[in-house]
Amino acid sequence: MKAFRFLFLAAFFAVLFWASFSLPPRGDLKAPAMQELSRSGSLSAGSYYMENSYRETHTENIVTAVLADYRAFDTLGETLVVFVAGVACALILRKRGDPS
Amino acid sequence: MIQGTDSVVVRLSCRVVARIIQVFAIYVVFHGHYSPGGGFQGGGLLAAAVILLRIGEGLESSQRELPSRHALMIGSIGALVFLLSGIANVIFGGRYLQYDSLPFKAIPPEDLHYWEILVIEIGVALAVMGILVAIFDRLMEGVPDDD
Repeated sequence: MKAFRFLFLAAFFAVLFWASFSLPPRGDLKAPAMQELSRSGSLSAGSYYMENSYRETHTENIVTAVLADYRAFDTLGETLVVFVAGVACALILRKRGDPS
Repeated sequence: MIQGTDSVVVRLSCRVVARIIQVFAIYVVFHGHYSPGGGFQGGGLLAAAVILLRIGEGLESSQRELPSRHALMIGSIGALVFLLSGIANVIFGGRYLQYDSLPFKAIPPEDLHYWEILVIEIGVALAVMGILVAIFDRLMEGVPDDD
């Protein structure tokens, strides 16, 4: 059974490794995902970021530019979710019998 | 309450490795503009360094690194840095988190984006670090000794 599990994992890894050769290079504007048009006929948002993010933010990492600039409000929400969850955990797990 | 180990080797290597982790964490935060990384990952690494010291040296001895009562405060400061940097943009006439509305005429607006991205990444890193350390400390408070 263990050998079967190992073989299954190895085969799965081989399939993924083989499929990774078919992926387009990173940042390729010719990739199918970038060719998708929006309803109004313009290019999708991803190609806009790839073309303009360095010019507008001087940040070379497109992911950082999208995460912290174009989608900064979303990141603010994520940070606040982490913060509120942590405060709730800290309050629930507090040692009992502590008057403070 | 965890006591840490009696082994000198483990204590010293924990201290050395914690410093290396902290340097790498700062690198991850500040180099997030150019390579994979950023506030969440860097904050996780900063918290990992403190937690390693908590495990290796014990909860009492590692209070010098980061007192348990300050952990939640650091998390709040990080979240406040993010919130207030957005409000600063509103004060100077822009929309919320519109980075190029700050009144620094000498800096081109693209570089204002650059610097404020860095500010909010630092805020995120502080928030994540404080919260992770706070949760770890609260979990470890009630744990009985092994020996």
